[in-house]
Amino acid sequence: MILFTVSEVAQQVVSGLATGAIFGSLALALVLIYRATHIVNFAQGEMAMFTTYVAWELMHRGMSYWPAFALTLAIAFVGGIAVERVLIRPVENKPILAIVIVTIGLLIALNGLAGWIWGAEVKAFDSPFPNTTWDVGGVAVSTQDVGVFCVCLVTVALLWAFFRFTTVGLAMRSVAINPTAARLVGVRVGWMLALGWGLAAVLGAVAGMMAAPSAFLDPNIMLVILIYAFAAAVLGGIDSPVGAVVGGLLLGVILNLLGRYVDFIGSTLRLPSALAVLLVVLIIRPQGLFGHATVRRV
Amino acid sequence: MPLLELENVEASYGPIRALHGVSLTVDEGQVVAVLGANGAGKSTTLRAISGLVRRRGGISFAGRSVARARPESIARAGVAHVPEGRGLFDDLSVHENLRMGAYARKGEIDRVYSYFPWLRDRGTQQAGTLSGGEQQMLALARALVSRPRLLMLDEPSLGLAPIIVEELFRIVAELNKQEQLTVLVVEQNAEVALSIADRAYVLETGRVAVEGTADELRRHEGVRKSYLGY
Amino acid sequence: MRRALTVFNLVVIAVLVLACALIPQHAGELTVQRLTYVGIYFIALVGLNILVGYSGQISLGGYAFFGIGAYTTTLLTLGKPGMELYGHHPPSWLPLGNGMHAIFTIPIAALVAGLFGYAFGLPAQRLAGVSLALATFAVAVSFPQILKKFENVTGGGGGLNLNLPETPFGLDVSVPHWLYYEAWGTAAVLALVAWLLLRGRLGRSLGALRDGEIAAVSSGVNPTAYKTFAFGISAAYAGAAGALFAELVAYVNPDTFPASRSIILLASLVLGGVGSMYGALLGAFAMEYLQIWSENMPFVSKEASNQAPAVTFGVILILVMFLAPYGLAGLLRRVGRAIIHRLDTKTVALSQSRRAEA
Repeated sequence: MILFTVSEVAQQVVSGLATGAIFGSLALALVLIYRATHIVNFAQGEMAMFTTYVAWELMHRGMSYWPAFALTLAIAFVGGIAVERVLIRPVENKPILAIVIVTIGLLIALNGLAGWIWGAEVKAFDSPFPNTTWDVGGVAVSTQDVGVFCVCLVTVALLWAFFRFTTVGLAMRSVAINPTAARLVGVRVGWMLALGWGLAAVLGAVAGMMAAPSAFLDPNIMLVILIYAFAAAVLGGIDSPVGAVVGGLLLGVILNLLGRYVDFIGSTLRLPSALAVLLVVLIIRPQGLFGHATVRRV
Repeated sequence: MPLLELENVEASYGPIRALHGVSLTVDEGQVVAVLGANGAGKSTTLRAISGLVRRRGGISFAGRSVARARPESIARAGVAHVPEGRGLFDDLSVHENLRMGAYARKGEIDRVYSYFPWLRDRGTQQAGTLSGGEQQMLALARALVSRPRLLMLDEPSLGLAPIIVEELFRIVAELNKQEQLTVLVVEQNAEVALSIADRAYVLETGRVAVEGTADELRRHEGVRKSYLGY
Repeated sequence: MRRALTVFNLVVIAVLVLACALIPQHAGELTVQRLTYVGIYFIALVGLNILVGYSGQISLGGYAFFGIGAYTTTLLTLGKPGMELYGHHPPSWLPLGNGMHAIFTIPIAALVAGLFGYAFGLPAQRLAGVSLALATFAVAVSFPQILKKFENVTGGGGGLNLNLPETPFGLDVSVPHWLYYEAWGTAAVLALVAWLLLRGRLGRSLGALRDGEIAAVSSGVNPTAYKTFAFGISAAYAGAAGALFAELVAYVNPDTFPASRSIILLASLVLGGVGSMYGALLGAFAMEYLQIWSENMPFVSKEASNQAPAVTFGVILILVMFLAPYGLAGLLRRVGRAIIHRLDTKTVALSQSRRAEA
């Protein structure tokens, strides 16, 4: 019999929030790019995975955790900008399916490249957080979960502050709203888009490095997380940053609760059932929880 | 030397040619109007100058050719284009829109409040929730923040009540007089445009049909009959 | 020039049909088998084309319906006796019969897959763009998991073995050749059907919906009917392809139909060229041969690393999109148009000079 006690549920919720924070970070990356360019970057997860391997390599060569973390974020930033300038810019005015295929090609290539460079065997990835648990009013809360949640939240908060308070952030927001008008006030739209990709890559790197310790590092870990992130982004409203984060957290919690308490589901049907929940929401509310209903003017 | 000079400019939207060789000049400190019916190519002319549409021919601004320049660089050179539809950032606040006006050319927002004092109180209001007239004023204010050398207005009177149109054009005329702001205004409302213009052009199907001083056009029989109604 | 184009198309099709019929005589067994796969993928891509190219909806889940068709054929060819022989006990309400030759299962597999597709299309028509992409992808991802869960019917993770394929009706044709002609014969029929459907009201309505839904609806096009029909027929084609696939491979299990194959299916269509039959054909070739080439590229082959071919594959996808964003068919169309234009102007010049002389 499954214990349906408050502390059990609370535990599931807390660990769900931690995985949800990872989904939310990657989902925010997807939304960032989508808002500015209307492209879904299918390679976001693999970009995150690749930068996580870079972090692993740095630590393998002796760097301690937080310096490696910071350096990886910088590398991810530059990498994201490079991807936009080299791979996306040539096709930005081409049919949307062509752009989709470019990101899919990047997904496949990065997955293969990571396996080629580092091998496909699973590797251990250090966590900066100790493997302890706290007792919070009868609920056993893992430090790792709290740490993951906080790191993701801080990253998201810093990003929010960047968009809200800096001029460059304002310029990027203006590009997402009306790129032509932005050009007319002198914004170099191309570079703003590249910057967006850079920031999205940083979010992805954080998600990857937070996911790697418990999932163990191999080239495929981010594939499933990408699916969840995609689902979270759409659930929240594909053009809403708030929606992405809330959607991620919600999805993480729902997944945990469903997997634990609905017998029929177990591990095989975890992903499909989460997706089913999502689809029901979408059919009722096609624009997602926080998205804008598109008013079509005739 | 004129501030803006167009020489035989052609412009197309994909396979459709909209301008068939338009030539015009705007001297510094002048107000020049571009008139014509719907589809004559007036807006396209401004878009060609701003680089928003594929164009061929000679376009020079302040002595330098901008025929191949990107919109961003043209804006940074001092051309403030207020497009049809106003080009505001609807989801941003009034103040944020003004800040964007200052983005490229280190403008000062305070200056602009003397012409539009009411904007000061509405700083946090979302631009998309302003009335049509207020939005047009905000668009104009944002253009002014950048201290432009050339102000280009695309059909500013569209959709606005006559009294607001009057106010708008009064402000533009004053800007021209007080600050020697050069203005190129595209308008369907020929009467109000000619009331503040020094010179004007009439476009028909992508070509210049008539050109001259505002007085000359007001007396021109064809212009009077077709665009002024008497 | 339109007449020239029609003649050109007829000539090309005639050549293709002829080549298709004669190849098995002159090619090795491996090539014949590979080309059989190409035929199978062609059917699936023609169906996907109707959905993506004509009705403008996106699907990242095509291979799931392919799998439904495959499993349907498997169950029908095994029949109750076959299933029990392998130790499976399907529920009694399932009309499995006693096993039949695979060729008869093709229409049934198409129908079953088509019904599932239609059933998916009904709620899905409220979605568009990214949401629809996610919904179809959810189908692709869930499909293998659902197969594993319902072991009674599907044999679970272990999958099901079909009997090895045989040439039916006592025809004097070798099995590989039979499979080849079966696939391409079905492909020809289904391609013709698709072409006829798209020329008529279906094609026009779908095109209208794709280009301007509000205007189309105002003109009396029922969006629900056509959109769901597009899903249904696309799934039916995939199902027919899956049926042939199951017969050829003689073994199905959930891992044969991962979500990644749905992505590859769409990518192949885009590579070939969305919106045209030639695109579907080129895409089918891409789907079969791209993987093989990726595995045999110098420096980046399987010898360098097991993962290296994936890098090649990904890079090729990117490069083709750079060079031919409308697919290979789009590229050929542009080249063809340029040639026809040159010929046109030359003939005009020629006739003008003749007139001048006269």
